[in-house]
Amino acid sequence: MQKILVGLKRVVDYNVRVRVKSDGSGVETDGVKMSINPFDEIALEEALRIKERGEAEEVIVVSVGASEAQQQLRTGLAMGADRAILVDSQESLTPLDVARIFKAIVDRESAELVILGKQAIDGDNSQLGQMLAAIWGRPQATFASKVELAGNKASVTREVDAGLETIEIDLPGVISVDLRLNEPRYVKLPDIMKAKKKPLDQLSIEELGVEVAAGIKEVTYEPPSERERGVMVDDVAGLVAALKDKGLV
Amino acid sequence: MSKILVIAEHDGSSLNPSTAKTVACAASIEAAEIHVVVLAAAAAAVAGEAAQLDSVAKVLTVEGPENEHALAAVLAPQIVALSAGYSHVFGPSTTFGKDLMPRVAALLGVNQISDIMLVLTSHSFKRPVYAGNAILTVEAPADKVVVATVRIASYAAVADGNNAAIESATVDAELPDHTRFVGVQSGATDRPDLQTAAKVVSGGRALGSAESFDIIYALADKLGAGVGASRAAVDAGYVPNEMQVGQTGKIIAPDLYLAIGISGAIQHLTGIKDAGTIVAINKDEEAPIFEVADIGLVADLFKAIPELTEALD
Ligand SMILES: Cc1cc2nc3c(=O)[nH]c(=O)nc-3n(C[C@H](O)[C@H](O)[C@H](O)COP(=O)(O)OP(=O)(O)OC[C@H]3O[C@@H](n4cnc5c(N)ncnc54)[C@H](O)[C@@H]3O)c2cc1C
Ligand SMILES: Nc1ncnc2c1ncn2[C@@H]1O[C@H](COP(=O)(O)O)[C@@H](O)[C@H]1O
Repeated sequence: MQKILVGLKRVVDYNVRVRVKSDGSGVETDGVKMSINPFDEIALEEALRIKERGEAEEVIVVSVGASEAQQQLRTGLAMGADRAILVDSQESLTPLDVARIFKAIVDRESAELVILGKQAIDGDNSQLGQMLAAIWGRPQATFASKVELAGNKASVTREVDAGLETIEIDLPGVISVDLRLNEPRYVKLPDIMKAKKKPLDQLSIEELGVEVAAGIKEVTYEPPSERERGVMVDDVAGLVAALKDKGLV
Repeated sequence: MSKILVIAEHDGSSLNPSTAKTVACAASIEAAEIHVVVLAAAAAAVAGEAAQLDSVAKVLTVEGPENEHALAAVLAPQIVALSAGYSHVFGPSTTFGKDLMPRVAALLGVNQISDIMLVLTSHSFKRPVYAGNAILTVEAPADKVVVATVRIASYAAVADGNNAAIESATVDAELPDHTRFVGVQSGATDRPDLQTAAKVVSGGRALGSAESFDIIYALADKLGAGVGASRAAVDAGYVPNEMQVGQTGKIIAPDLYLAIGISGAIQHLTGIKDAGTIVAINKDEEAPIFEVADIGLVADLFKAIPELTEALD
């Protein structure tokens, strides 16, 4: 296969305790650490391994969002991606818009495989892979914990509520990855230097010929209701008594 | 008036409890007429169960060998064909619904709302984002079909005492053959299902091995509880993936949750926010799990758990 596209979303780092802005317009991002969505590092690692096995020629990382996402794309290049594409957009896009943008890049690059995270940990949507596959008219293998390629077929094991499901899909197609697919590599300093020379193209939504449409409106963000700290018991007898007291045992 | 199509989740022989919870969410929309559709190889048994659910006006069945396994690429075009005339199409936010509903929405050319936790009006909803650290109110356009998944931990199943009509439906849709089911491997147990159990006992990295998990199973069996785990315990291979509780695992709402040797990372807490009573047993009194626990015990689990199991005789 020629090309694999990997989605890299810039998100608030998973270690940050997210706070809602007092005006309810979103969450605090000033001075907050931003990172590659953790699932996307796994997606990229998988693409790199496929390439290293000689089953693909080129790995292209793609991010749709603010120009600051260049940072995350550079990290992706340092991990080993060959090229990066940033689709610059300051406005907030809906998942369907982003899916249409990815579809336009798939067409432009004639990509045969798109590997994404199973969810972005900001919006927790878990939608892009499925939407892209739908508008592309191609298969989706979501929540992957094992991927095996053979010619133009992929056998994918998926983490589902019942356990592990295996499906076979014909490529081209979309795979979204779960946590246990692989362990992403660390970026080494020389790779960061090398990555500075790799191509990072910037495209606008207009250039791609995608029309963004009004969709679901974000009305307001609010903090969740907090659970209160409860009581501490001294020993197992105290625990049993407390449970009995609540009628739970 | 809203007309809502709920996609039934099932394993070919029985209805998954997520369906009754999805119906409960649909029923919280004012003046809603709710239909449930069962897509299956043979739908009678599952449809019979769905017809008993309160608030359901009609059950539709779509039968065919292609529907033997729930492949999103195969089901989605059929649901699109069925969706004409409905104002809403809902599925559960289980792996079944999360896989399927965005594909349905994109084929319909609309966005999808993930994880509805509260209905405000027929077109505005609350949903958690950022691992539940923020609650977002969203508004769907009034002139388009609303496609959504329902956060099942937020809803109690509707009762079953109903006797809705069952109708077979035919759909005219072109189905792809690019996606094929190969097999499913599940560590099926006799223990209560994690997602619907009234009591759940979960173990974390502290257990240290698959063998040590036996003390968790013993306690769970004494309580009649389901068993869960933290991501660290699953990653380490102590237990299978379907036991993971949290932001990227299962979101659950049992009456009683015991977190044993689990630190209480935000991603884990997201999965148990709606539990009735949270009990934490951890040897570190500073562990963040104690900030949300209703009852906390600082102890070595290898001593405390056998003692607790014993005391519950
Ligand atoms: C993208 C992403 C998604 C994630 N999704 C999830 C998810 O869905 N679910 C999830 O759980 N995690 C998830 N995580 C991981 C999460 O951040 C934590 O790493 C994980 O929950 C830690 O598991 P743990 O509490 O078992 O382990 P640890 O954090 O290592 O905690 C072990 C605890 O055991 C206690 N302990 C040790 N020995 C004993 C003993 N003998 N007796 C009593 N207590 C003892 C320790 O004091 C400690 O508090 C995710 C992380 C990322 C980045
Ligand atoms: N704006 C974006 N830029 C790049 N990749 C994205 C973007 N949004 C989503 N993705 C990819 O799609 C996956 C699922 O995202 P979501 O559907 O938003 O939960 C993520 O893990 C990313 O791989």
